[in-house]
Amino acid sequence: MELARAHVLVCGGTGCTSSGSEKIINALESALKEKNLENEIKVVKTGCFGLCALGPIMIVYPEGVFYSMVTPEDIPEIVEEYFLKGRVVKRLVYKETLTEGDSVKSLNEVDFYKNQMRIALRNCGVINPEDIDEYIAYDGYKALGKVLTEMKPQEVIDEIKKSGLRGRGGAGFSTGMKWQFTADAPGDKKFVACNADEGDPGAFMDRSVLEGDPHSLIEAMAIAAYAVGADRGFVYIRAEYPIAVKRLNIAIEQAREYGLLGNNIFGTDFCFDMELRLGAGAFVCGEETALMTSIEGHRGEPRPRPPFPAIKGLWQKPTLLNNVETYANITAIINKGADWFNTIGTEKSKGTKVFAVGGKINNTGLVEVPMGTTLREVVYDIGGGIPNGKKFKAAQTGGPSGGCIPAHLIDTPIDYDNLTAIGSMMGSGGLIVMDEDTCMVDIAKFFLEFTVDESCGKCTPCRVGTKRLLEILTKITEGKGTLEDIDKLEELCYAIKDSAFCGLGQTAPNPILSTLKYFRDEYIAHVVDKKCPAGVCKALVSYKIDPEKCKGCSLCARNCPVGAISGKIKEPYVIDTDKCIKCGVCASACKFNAISK
Amino acid sequence: MSEKATPAFVMTKEQEEKVQQVIAKYKGTDGALIPVLHEVQEIIGYLPIEVQKVISEGIDVPMSEIYGVVTFYTQFSINPKGKYKIGVCLGTACYVKGSGDILEKIKQILGIDVGECTEDGKFSLEATRCIGACGLAPVFTVNDDVYGRLVVDDVEGILAKYMD
Repeated sequence: MELARAHVLVCGGTGCTSSGSEKIINALESALKEKNLENEIKVVKTGCFGLCALGPIMIVYPEGVFYSMVTPEDIPEIVEEYFLKGRVVKRLVYKETLTEGDSVKSLNEVDFYKNQMRIALRNCGVINPEDIDEYIAYDGYKALGKVLTEMKPQEVIDEIKKSGLRGRGGAGFSTGMKWQFTADAPGDKKFVACNADEGDPGAFMDRSVLEGDPHSLIEAMAIAAYAVGADRGFVYIRAEYPIAVKRLNIAIEQAREYGLLGNNIFGTDFCFDMELRLGAGAFVCGEETALMTSIEGHRGEPRPRPPFPAIKGLWQKPTLLNNVETYANITAIINKGADWFNTIGTEKSKGTKVFAVGGKINNTGLVEVPMGTTLREVVYDIGGGIPNGKKFKAAQTGGPSGGCIPAHLIDTPIDYDNLTAIGSMMGSGGLIVMDEDTCMVDIAKFFLEFTVDESCGKCTPCRVGTKRLLEILTKITEGKGTLEDIDKLEELCYAIKDSAFCGLGQTAPNPILSTLKYFRDEYIAHVVDKKCPAGVCKALVSYKIDPEKCKGCSLCARNCPVGAISGKIKEPYVIDTDKCIKCGVCASACKFNAISK
Repeated sequence: MSEKATPAFVMTKEQEEKVQQVIAKYKGTDGALIPVLHEVQEIIGYLPIEVQKVISEGIDVPMSEIYGVVTFYTQFSINPKGKYKIGVCLGTACYVKGSGDILEKIKQILGIDVGECTEDGKFSLEATRCIGACGLAPVFTVNDDVYGRLVVDDVEGILAKYMD
């Protein structure tokens, strides 16, 4: 093998690809060639490194220099200055890593990373996901070898049970118990499946594992298949994730070539192979029974439970279904032992959780923290706080099935049980931060629009009920609501929770119930005072010019698209509220901060 | 379905051949329908009723079932798409950062609503689910190009690039 003097790791995850990392790689390769450095410096395309907000990012080892927001135009300078002359291009280095002297700090000392603990994401951004040898060099397929040659299936299940691992897809059911049920189910044909239909808006943890470390999923599914007695696996993956699909396909091919999938793996009697099934854009298919109906080739409508998938799953055969992040923990547990894993986290929630942190926060990206970390640590220590000096209002977890955590509960340690107790849920790991400019009624409406759209239509409470909820919310945001509407809204929420057929419908009212619980005053402001405190709901907003602050410069009037502002130069201007379409252009144009909502 | 009377869709010889290859590849596989629909849509661009009939005969699944599946999943379309497919992300991260306003602006410029195509067949507009580029929110895509960290005023300039 050729030895390179330096390795350049360029992120090829969806976030950085969207911000142009392919072009960076091309520019880098041609610039290195021009300087005859192509044999000395190796360019590696990796998976997501987490700090998506700063993309495209690249890290150069052995020094660990972290360049962020790189453009193709910057590449010649980096090659000339850094690779040729050894001088760090300071203007492109992530500012948190800069020290006073000439050296740069290691990434592990940066706030964003130092409070994290990466188990599920251990290889993301570290290895080339399209090269099985790199995975193997990082202890890849060691756990599978150990399981097949040294452990009985029941011992594997016992180890997973002992680790305390719970399902990372949202509900938090004990993974070991699920494996046990499937193993115990009668039947000679069994399946293992992976739920990679990550549908929560704003959540992309699973995609990052699939893109950055696809072999860890394959290895874990093979281990699971051995434990429960299956020989065939399916990964149900969103078609919206083309990079993940491609890398997983490459990984499966390579595993087959190495004999790590197929017949007589590691020279034992164990045979296992797997394939992908692409979703087609239906949120309900994240529900386990709907997912299996979809794999079978039908409309993805849920089926009654029981029988649970462990008893009657795919094609009526016992099926083990876990989420991507759950599988991503398996090999680490086998390699390092359940006793190591269950020291991490809280009493009832072991290990770590990956969150996709987004919304009104400085460091958007992917974060993995031990269970029990507080929301404050995630938002301020790791996430770098709220931009533009705004105030933290709430964080939303669990997507359309979850709820919000208000500012006064920001010190709650995050685990399954705590989040459920405060009316939210762990969910799959989307964590959207909201500041004072976010209207909580509008957010509830946003999630209901989503569920109305995604309801499969099978049961009436969900099909009709969510629609009625949305209508009431719309009425409130348009300023036509009454106090009675709020009571009706709440009553209907509980009725739907009790009567809907599957998880989608049963949890659809959660965004309303939790905003009502913590932000009822905002609902009341909408219906009684006819005001939207955050200034989001257009029907309830009116713009006015403060005559004290207005300098009469006419900038607002010249920018108004409908001619609603009039006045004389050097005298205060006025807005004609009948003509005003509340677009807000005037407020952003004003240089004196004289226009307010 | 659109109410305009449209002439029956006829596949070109090349398309017909490719579609038959897909059918041959999946015939007899468990749960073949959805993978077949994905690949056929890739070949033709959408799934006109005439093509659904070919699939029905090819893999021996009733038309009612195929039509049910095609209309259930948002990725499948029975209407043609524009040359430039615009997708505005309405995932939560993009939404709280103002992607709703971006969508409004695009609608206003193109004069079409979500799910529609401009008359010249150039642009079609979709409101998409989270595409996972949350770090760049708000974002929209034009075919494979992703535009991120947007403000409303950026929209006009970006669309102009595709107007020719």
